[in-house]
Amino acid sequence: MPINILMPALSPTMEKGNLAKWLKKEGDTVKSGDVIAEIETDKATMEVEAVDEGVLAKIVVPEGTADVPVNQVIALIAGEGEDPKSITAPAGGGAPAPKAEAAPAPEAAPAPQANAVPGDQAAHMAYARVDQAPAGPAQAAKPDGAGQQARGTRVFASPLAKRIAREAGIDLASIQGSGPHGRIVEKDVRAALQGGAKPAAAPAAPAAPAARPAQPPALAPSMGADQVKAMFEAGTYEEVPLDGMRKTIAKRLVESKQTVPHFYLSLDCELDALMALREQINAAAGKDKDGKPAYKLSVNDFVIKALAVALQRVPAANSVWAEDRILRMKHSDVGVAVAIEGGLFTPVVRKAEQKTLTAISAEVKDMAARARNRRLKPEEYTGGSTAVSNLGMYGIKDFQAVINPPHGTILAVGAGEQRVVVKNGAPAVVQAMTVTLSCDHRVVDGALGAELLAAFKQLIENPMGMLV
Amino acid sequence: MANQYDIIVIGGGPGGYVAAIRAAQLGFKTAVVEREHLGGICLNWGCIPTKALLRSAEIYHYMEHAKDYGLSAQGIGFDAAAIVQRSRGVSGRLNGGVGMLLKKNKVDVIWGEASISKPGEVVVTATKKPAMQPQAPAPKGILEPGTYQAKHIIIATGARPRVLPGIEPDGKLIWTYFEAMVPQAMPKSLLVMGSGAIGMEFASFYRTLGAEVTVVEVLPQILPVEDAEIATLARKRFEKQGMKIFTGAKVTKVEKGANSVTATIDDGKGGSQTITAERMISAVGVVGNIENLGLEKLGVKIERGIIVTDGLGRTNVPGIYAIGDVAGAPMLAHKAEHEGVICVETIKGQHTHPMDKAKIPGCTYCNPQIASVGLTETKAKEQGYDIRVGRFPFVGNGKAIALGEPDGLVKTIFDKKTGQLLGAHMIGAEVTELIQGFVIAMNLETTEEELMHAVFPHPTLSETMHESVLDAYGRVIHI
Repeated sequence: MPINILMPALSPTMEKGNLAKWLKKEGDTVKSGDVIAEIETDKATMEVEAVDEGVLAKIVVPEGTADVPVNQVIALIAGEGEDPKSITAPAGGGAPAPKAEAAPAPEAAPAPQANAVPGDQAAHMAYARVDQAPAGPAQAAKPDGAGQQARGTRVFASPLAKRIAREAGIDLASIQGSGPHGRIVEKDVRAALQGGAKPAAAPAAPAAPAARPAQPPALAPSMGADQVKAMFEAGTYEEVPLDGMRKTIAKRLVESKQTVPHFYLSLDCELDALMALREQINAAAGKDKDGKPAYKLSVNDFVIKALAVALQRVPAANSVWAEDRILRMKHSDVGVAVAIEGGLFTPVVRKAEQKTLTAISAEVKDMAARARNRRLKPEEYTGGSTAVSNLGMYGIKDFQAVINPPHGTILAVGAGEQRVVVKNGAPAVVQAMTVTLSCDHRVVDGALGAELLAAFKQLIENPMGMLV
Repeated sequence: MANQYDIIVIGGGPGGYVAAIRAAQLGFKTAVVEREHLGGICLNWGCIPTKALLRSAEIYHYMEHAKDYGLSAQGIGFDAAAIVQRSRGVSGRLNGGVGMLLKKNKVDVIWGEASISKPGEVVVTATKKPAMQPQAPAPKGILEPGTYQAKHIIIATGARPRVLPGIEPDGKLIWTYFEAMVPQAMPKSLLVMGSGAIGMEFASFYRTLGAEVTVVEVLPQILPVEDAEIATLARKRFEKQGMKIFTGAKVTKVEKGANSVTATIDDGKGGSQTITAERMISAVGVVGNIENLGLEKLGVKIERGIIVTDGLGRTNVPGIYAIGDVAGAPMLAHKAEHEGVICVETIKGQHTHPMDKAKIPGCTYCNPQIASVGLTETKAKEQGYDIRVGRFPFVGNGKAIALGEPDGLVKTIFDKKTGQLLGAHMIGAEVTELIQGFVIAMNLETTEEELMHAVFPHPTLSETMHESVLDAYGRVIHI
């Protein structure tokens, strides 16, 4: 039988992706490890490696195809002794085979053991749960991953699918059903497990039914394409299809503006000391044989470091909202908004408070370059509690940024410029920039945000403080 | 165009005629090509007429045991010709029914032998086989041989008895199921080669009506596809009824006498013996009818006598499909029917799934009846499952006792980890009618919880199914 190559899940939440490019043609010999295709996910472009050897017999999904569901057969490899020309249809009728032909998904979580109880005990415990759980709404309190009632909408799934999901700690709501009327069946849960579905957060955590979030209020749907188009004369515009990144930006930021209660704090920071220090540090950089300096710190590198250190000084602000709880971060993982052709990425500098300015600088440079080529891995742009968005290079004086969920804050940085300020009763010329912190009021209240921003200003204006 | 169809189905057996009716329901212009008898082997020479024979044997058995129920019956006997006549009548009636169903659904029937001359074209020539009695002549309103076009051609030509070299059935002394179905007289002794469903059903039928029956099976257990524990119980019952059974044994030579055969049997342990019987039945499986269809020329992929399909009926040649016995094991009517439906719905572009062959039930209608679905205990272990096994004997069931059928067992096999029902194996009265409960359960992916929480009606034999599940989890009540 030919070997099916399936659309890989490159991240735990990935449901579909775009088949950007085939790097092998039909008839090409592929070896294990060969890069055969590029998949564009919501933000990144990832390479698909072959696991099996053989001849690429049939490309089922042509390049440029958008929204290919995970686990769909995208190509067929003829095995040993098979005539590639004779292969026309997916083996096994295109049903998702258990073997996902993907480069290992970076966040593919092994089945968690949290709920697993070995052998006999498991069966009896399953029983105890059923027998003892009071009937009716109270069952919603069951902390199982399959807690469909808790979500307010019923998820249709077979008993076996529910059982496996519960044991593996997978949230059934995150799974697409392939059974009758979209019912989730065993195969779907197994595929989700294979695809690296993330277990529901803390499956073993004590249940807190009352704290379960209510569904966000229904929001007025925006206008459809036809309605919008009707407002313009035909031929006066060009239609630009949405790529994965654009869709994600639209979805995430609408969600942010509609669900995150934003407020904004602005202040001015003087930069003279920072600019002097920066000049000193950059001047000290060794040069390689081409005469290129080993590093060149930007103001933004200082901003990242200052924000990271400020978050450590005001730890309560280093938090994200998690619906029924707040997650207070131990490290300062700071996202950096990078504009690229057609959109933006926010790669995250991890543990930025511990990193030297040169390390931060090098990391941002590397990630920005890879972001422009859409070569970032999903785990490189997920997480973090805050982000920095700097439009100073465009001469923007100040602006308010939209929080990138689940971040608690985002810092919008304006241009550094010479300004006339009043110092000791007299006008003075200083270098200054305006920064604006957008805060999620659910985690960061006004005073807390102000405290964070004050700590930030203190570090920017006394930059030696972030070197020690 | 008169000769132009959307779908032509070659073969009017349970796979073919069901596919054709489903195709017609979906709006396809459809025809079935049949050379011999609508309803195929199943309806004419297999499933159905054997059930009629076995029913006669069963009633005879009850009459013989009338005393057990406080009844008296004298002069008990049977008329072999009348039993056969009833069986043929049953087939004839249903065979006519298939013709009516096809007509009702506006499916054309083309009478003759079909071959595919090229993709999209079926050439039908006059059949060499006489139309079957009592159906003869061929049904009314049929189309004559000729050349017919169809965008989609479904091969559903079924199977025929496998023949072992040197032991070729001659229709007189060495029978296949065809002759065994219509005995002119009851043989006093019978040798059955092969202990699958066909072999054991005939062994049971002839034994119940008094023949000395010897069964020879090459594999280590009778009913080789069944769970070993069930097969062992069945063997005990058959032996108690007076059958002689050799397993791991082989018929190496058959000599024909004037009115008997003498078979040499290698018992697999180095010994050999000869058995003389009036008649012998060769029941060593069936092989698909894939010849003379033009498949080689079309390049249709065939592996070990089976047309290779993608699970949705599609062969490697676009426009050519295969379902039922020709598409591989298990060669069962209900599998063929289901494949036919999947195939046609796939052609229609509907969202279909390949059949899960692990969930196809199997039934053997001997006395005692045997029915199963899913994995045997051995297979489940081989596949690496950590299992829980439940057993419940009929002797613990009130209805079974009331019926006078205390011999039976329901065995259930669960995946210890997930509670998935992996297999169910049953032996005893009416288990062929009970197994569907487990089939539904498996297809709905129930776990032991749902089965335990389901209320089974009392008093019924089905309670044994419930109790078997309870037993797997240490909660059985009635033993």
